[in-house]
Amino acid sequence: MITLKLNNVDVKAEEGWTLLETAKFYGLEIPTLCYNEGLSVYGGCRLCLVEIGEEPNTKLVSSCTYPAEEGLVVRTGTRRVIETRKMMIELMLSLAPNSKTIQDLASKFGVTQVRFKIRNEECILCGLCVRMCREQMDGRAIGFQNRGHKRKISTPFDMRSEECRLCGGCIYICPACQLRCQGPQPDTDVCNACLTMDPTCLDVYDELQCWMYDAGRCGTCVREEPEIKEASQALGKKK
Amino acid sequence: MKKTEKIKSIEKLYKTIDHHIQKRKSEETPVLTVSAGTCGRARGSMRVIESLEKVIQKENLKDQVRIRVTGCHGFCEAEPNIILQPHNFFYQKVQPKDAKEIISETVLNDKIIERLLYTDPSTETKALNEDEIEFYKKQRRIVLGDNALIDPTEIGDYFSIGGYRSLAKALTEMKPEEIIETIQKSGLRGRGGAGFPTGNKWAFARKAKGDTKYVICNADEGDPGAYMDRSLLEGNPHRVLEGMIIGAYAIGTKEGYIYIRDEYPLALHHITLAIEQAKELGLLGESILGTDFSLDIHIAKGAGAFVCGEETALIASIEGRVGEPRQRPPFPAVKGLWKQPTNINNVETWANIPIILQKGADWFSQIGTNGSKGTKIFSLVGKINNTGLVEVPMGITLREIIFDIGGGIPGGKEFKAVQTGGPSGGCIPKEKLNLPIDYESLTAAGSIMGSGGMIVMDENTCMVDVAKYFLNFLRDESCGKCLSCREGTQRMWEIVKDITEGLGKEGDIELLVTLARAVKDASMCGLGQTAANPVLSTVRYFREEYEAHIKDKKCPAGVCKNLIQYLILEEKCTGCLACLKICSQEAITGELKKVHIINQEKCIKCGACFEACNFDAIIIE
Repeated sequence: MITLKLNNVDVKAEEGWTLLETAKFYGLEIPTLCYNEGLSVYGGCRLCLVEIGEEPNTKLVSSCTYPAEEGLVVRTGTRRVIETRKMMIELMLSLAPNSKTIQDLASKFGVTQVRFKIRNEECILCGLCVRMCREQMDGRAIGFQNRGHKRKISTPFDMRSEECRLCGGCIYICPACQLRCQGPQPDTDVCNACLTMDPTCLDVYDELQCWMYDAGRCGTCVREEPEIKEASQALGKKK
Repeated sequence: MKKTEKIKSIEKLYKTIDHHIQKRKSEETPVLTVSAGTCGRARGSMRVIESLEKVIQKENLKDQVRIRVTGCHGFCEAEPNIILQPHNFFYQKVQPKDAKEIISETVLNDKIIERLLYTDPSTETKALNEDEIEFYKKQRRIVLGDNALIDPTEIGDYFSIGGYRSLAKALTEMKPEEIIETIQKSGLRGRGGAGFPTGNKWAFARKAKGDTKYVICNADEGDPGAYMDRSLLEGNPHRVLEGMIIGAYAIGTKEGYIYIRDEYPLALHHITLAIEQAKELGLLGESILGTDFSLDIHIAKGAGAFVCGEETALIASIEGRVGEPRQRPPFPAVKGLWKQPTNINNVETWANIPIILQKGADWFSQIGTNGSKGTKIFSLVGKINNTGLVEVPMGITLREIIFDIGGGIPGGKEFKAVQTGGPSGGCIPKEKLNLPIDYESLTAAGSIMGSGGMIVMDENTCMVDVAKYFLNFLRDESCGKCLSCREGTQRMWEIVKDITEGLGKEGDIELLVTLARAVKDASMCGLGQTAANPVLSTVRYFREEYEAHIKDKKCPAGVCKNLIQYLILEEKCTGCLACLKICSQEAITGELKKVHIINQEKCIKCGACFEACNFDAIIIE
């Protein structure tokens, strides 16, 4: 067993667990996108960031790839984590504003603007389909091509692949192209329409998004995690 | 070629080394040392060698003079250069037509050819040999200096400067642990960029448990404007090899790889040749020098991806997978190549090892600063008089490198900034010129040591344009795995590009900085974590330049085409028609002896008129 400090609490983890698995085991919710329990870890979407180490030498790592280590200090909800994660969601939104999965993430984490030019590429290169094809379907029909900004997912030589059995596994697992969001607002490219469907305030209190605001806060959101409180205050100030 | 006999014991190796040292000492025929690294060859050194050979053959002087073709001597500005031993006369910028005179005058009659000597641009004095040249005076060339003494294709030449003695010493007098201790004590830190203590790295790899272990030499030097590692592999491959053999012995491995870019054909050729020669002599292979230590070294060729210089991506590439970094830990020292403990060091780090063993850890740790020991090779390029490779002790100031060794900025222009550490390094402004160079101080200044690129920029450089250039490089070279790095560099490039094109908006700088910080924080590997440096450092030191682009729509340095215009000053224009004739767009109108006018709508801002005007009548605004 490994002992580590998770959000100021000493917890135990099994040998070989990642930080994400440890956090999940203790009921902490960390958002993920390119992670799937049935597939190998990738660490590409950078949503599951956590802050590790002790001040002043802390750094952010993706919890899905980082192993639980003896004595490690891990914090999952610091301001640095929240702000960086919001930037990642904003970057994703600018690529695939029509994806419901990503719009939901934006609503949930209080991303209310996209400051980059919308590219409508639909694909955020999370690699779920590539791993699905290879690891679950034993297909190897698709893979990554090129690097940097030219990177894309395709079949070899962009031709119909003989390895492909048209099983649809890649479409099934895609977070961007399967569920479509119908209502991005033209001026902001952020939908936020389904805010009322999902009580986001359970995680982060945000005045602008609180649907009980006029009637007086319901109080369920007030979780006294100092870092979350601090972050939501910072959010409030910004607006 | 005659088959060389294997050296089967350490005594025999010592004897071979001594034999070669004696041979060099007793050599009386003058030697013409011609530098012919890639840069020398590009400036025609092979043609110089050819004509020298022709003259020697024609005059039948084979017994009276010898030519030694060496790697780079560092002074790129003076290429192709020739050093005549034993006098050590230094001739620069030699042309093939000079060959006859060099042989007849200098070699046969000991007469100096004045015009081929190096003239100091500031004092106008001529230098007879290297020691008199400012460029070399402040350098401490413990690694690079031997390049001028040896023919990299001859193992005998390396023996003759005491090469492979450190290996003999390591195998006979030292236990592996002692070697690691010596390296730890010397304070040598990784020369590839991050500056991790080499000895500690070795100790981890030695302690790690595995079926087998590997050592790797990282020669995937991909920074624009940097060529330290290339010159070492071209000019002194055996030293790198010796370092690797010692390292492999200390760590306890039987197999090693040299990961080298395929774009370095000469370096690749020389290191391949060196491995063959070492194998032939029994310095590599089964039971080296009769001991029970065996080592095999293979070459792995890289395909030119910048990211493959990152340890885990490099390993992935050797294994035949796509060069993509992975999460550390586990570190390569624990789980590296083929999941076995692996130690990766940079070319320059390996080249330092034989020197440390030879001269001792104490000697080595006297050079440099408290935290950074030894020397570092930088490639000094850009707007600088003495372009070249410089090897300096750590702790030397930027001012000394740029103005004393580098000879300042050409054309009397003013120094603006120096970019260190390659594309993911940062720009350091002139206020920080007195910064002593070591790993920590450069990081504190917002840059990195990196592998040693040093690009000097003068007043005519636009810092926003510089940031754009490096971001463009990085968005191409990011592996694309992490969203933060792939999209982050792309978006930063888009914003900076807009700024240079006059499309910048209020708030762009703040957005850039926020995004840059997120990229730095969120990315997995060193490339992403430093990818924001070009932006962060230029905003930090040259914010007013960004603001001028955004608010006033002006490029103060006169570089960004959308933000400048060429104008003719009425009072200076003599109406000579020079600009009018050269303009390809017919954008200039005017008559002889009357003031000309540039039609801004037609002007494509190529700058041809500016160059053509002899009266300084055209200005950039």
